[in-house]
Amino acid sequence: MANTAHGIGGLKYDPRKRTKPPELNVLLALVLIIVTFEVLGWLLYRDSFLFNTRDNVDAIFNWARLNIIILQVSIIGIIAIGVTQVIISGGIDLSSGSIVGATAMIVMSFAQTELVNGNPNPKAVFGAWAMDLPVIVPILVGLACGLVAGCINGLLIAYTRIPPFIATLGMMVSARGLSKWWTNGQPVSFPTEGFAALGKGMMPVVYFIALAILFHLILRQTVYGKHTYATGSNEDAARMSGINVARHKVLIYTLAGMLASIAAIVLSSKNLTAQAGMGGMYELDAIAMSVIGGVSLAGGRGSIIGTVLGALIFGVIISGFTFLKLDAYYQEMVKGAIIVGAVVLDQWRQRRTAAGM
Amino acid sequence: MSDAKTNLPGDAAPQSDRHPSDVILETRDLTKHYGGVHALEGANFTLRRGEHVAIMGDNGAGKSTFVRQITGVEQRTRGDIIFNGRPVQFAGPLEAREAGIETVFQTLALADHLDVSDNLFLGREKIRFRLGPFSILDYRAMHGATLEALERTGVKIPNIHNTIERMSGGQRQCVAIARTATFHSKLTIMDEPTAALGVQETAQVENIVRTLKEAGEPLILISHNMRQVMDLVDRIVVFRRGRIVANLKRDETDGQDVVAYITGAKTQPEYVGEGAA
Repeated sequence: MANTAHGIGGLKYDPRKRTKPPELNVLLALVLIIVTFEVLGWLLYRDSFLFNTRDNVDAIFNWARLNIIILQVSIIGIIAIGVTQVIISGGIDLSSGSIVGATAMIVMSFAQTELVNGNPNPKAVFGAWAMDLPVIVPILVGLACGLVAGCINGLLIAYTRIPPFIATLGMMVSARGLSKWWTNGQPVSFPTEGFAALGKGMMPVVYFIALAILFHLILRQTVYGKHTYATGSNEDAARMSGINVARHKVLIYTLAGMLASIAAIVLSSKNLTAQAGMGGMYELDAIAMSVIGGVSLAGGRGSIIGTVLGALIFGVIISGFTFLKLDAYYQEMVKGAIIVGAVVLDQWRQRRTAAGM
Repeated sequence: MSDAKTNLPGDAAPQSDRHPSDVILETRDLTKHYGGVHALEGANFTLRRGEHVAIMGDNGAGKSTFVRQITGVEQRTRGDIIFNGRPVQFAGPLEAREAGIETVFQTLALADHLDVSDNLFLGREKIRFRLGPFSILDYRAMHGATLEALERTGVKIPNIHNTIERMSGGQRQCVAIARTATFHSKLTIMDEPTAALGVQETAQVENIVRTLKEAGEPLILISHNMRQVMDLVDRIVVFRRGRIVANLKRDETDGQDVVAYITGAKTQPEYVGEGAA
C-alpha cells in the first residue's frame, strides 16, 4: 500500500483492474467462428473453409472465399462506420438504409450515359444536359444528399429533443418514399464508364478499409472523437464541461448520413443500376455489425476496429453457411440470434463493470 | 496569500475602489424564494482569498440553495453576488466555471467511459494541430499536466489510463477534485464531497483539501461531518431555516457550540435582529 503526501491511506495498484481492449473478445469470437466452420467443413464435406484445397491453385488460403467475405460486407461496413459513431454518442440511426436507396436513385440520375449501344438511354431521367457528366458531379450530388439527410436527422434530435429512434425512423420512411417517387418506382440504369469504375471489383473493400482507418484515427485522436464518447458516456457531464452537445450531435448524424451516401455511390456503381428498394434493411445490418463489434447501445463504448471485426464476423457467417450448403433462410435466423446474443453480452458486461468487477 | 498581494497593483486595483481586493466572493442580501417557500433569506457572506470556509446546517437549512445561486444553477430572487471584484449574474453553471468557480457536486460530473486525463480536460482539450472539430489532441501534454495536477493535489491513482467506471467512489471523487486544481480555479465549492465515501477514501479527499489550503486556493465546503469541518476549515458559517445564524472562527468554537447554532439553541447576537428563530 502506497503512502500519500500526507502519509495516510493510498490506493492499491491492481493490474487486474487495468482496462483491457474489448476488441480482443470480438477477435476471439471471430476466430472461434472460423474454427467452427473449419471443423464442420472437415467433418461434413472433407473440405476446408479457410485453406486452399484445390491442387491447380498454388496458395495457402482460399483467397477467393476470403475476398468474398470482405467484399460482401464492405458496403454495409461503410454505413456501419457512421452508425458506430452515432451509437457511441448514445443515439441510433435507423435511416441509413433508406438514405442509401434515395441517394443511389439521385446519384444514378446524374451518372447516366447518353447512348447505350448507339441508342438513346432508355432509362434517362433528365434531358441531354444531365448525360455523360464528369464523374465528380454524381459524387458531389451523392455526398450532398447524405449531408442534407444526416443534417436533418441531427437537427431534429439536437434541437427538438425527440428521441433519435423516432427522428431517424421518420427519415427512414420519408427517404424511402423519396426514392420511389423519384422515378415512379422505375430503376435508373446505364451509368458512364467513369462512374461504373468507382465500384468495380475489389474497390468497395478499398473504400471500406480507407474510411475505417480514417475514422478510427478521427475517433481516437481528435476532439470530435473525444466529445462523441463523452456525449454517449454522460451527456450532462459533457454539457457541464462546455461541450456544445447539440452542435456536436448534428455533426455526428451528418457524418453518418454522408457515410451512407458514400455506400450508395459505391453500391449503385457496383450494380450499374439504382432501384428504389436498394439498401433495404441495411440499417439493421449496420447496427448489428456495430453491436457485434462491441459498441454499446447505452453509449460511450465501442470502436471502429470492433465494428470492422463485427463486419467480418457477419461476412464469415454468411460465407460459412454457403460453404456448409445451408439454406439462406438459416442465415437470417442465425443472424438475428447473434444480434440478440451480442446485446445480452453487452448488458452483462455493463452490470459486471457497474459491480466493480 | 502572496498570490493576492502580487495581483494587487495589476488586475485587482482598478475594480476594487469599493471593495477590498482580498475578498474573492461576497454575497449581499442573497435571497431565493421558491413560490411561497423562503429557502434563502438575506444571506450576507464573505470569503477571502486563501480562506477555507465550511457551511453547516440541517437538511433544508438553505446550504445547497445558497451554493446553487452562486454557481448559476438557479437564478436568485434578489441580492448581489460579487466575485473577484465584479458583480456577477451567471446564466448557468458553465458560465460560473468559465469565470473560475469549480464545483464538485455530490453527483459527479464525470464521463465514465473516459480515462482520468480525458475527464480532466473534457471541453478544454490541449490541441496539437488545430482543425476545427477535427483538431488533433495532444495526449502527451494532457497526460503530463494530469500527472502534475495529481501530484499537486496529492491524489494517488494507480493508473491514469484507467477509465472512470473502473474506479472506486473515492478515486472518482479525487478525479473530480483534481480537475479544479488543474485549471487553477479561483474558487472551489465542494458539496458534501465525502458523504458516500469510506474512511480511507474520506482521508484521501481531506488530504486534497489540505493541499488546496497549502496552495492558497479558497474553498467553500458543505459538510455534515463535524470532525472533518473542525480539521479542515478556518471558519464555519451556520445556516438555519434559510438564514445565516452564525459566523464562527474555527479556533474560537467547538463542536458542541456549532451544534447549538445548528439546532437553534443559540443564535449569534448580530443575526438575532434578522428574525432567525
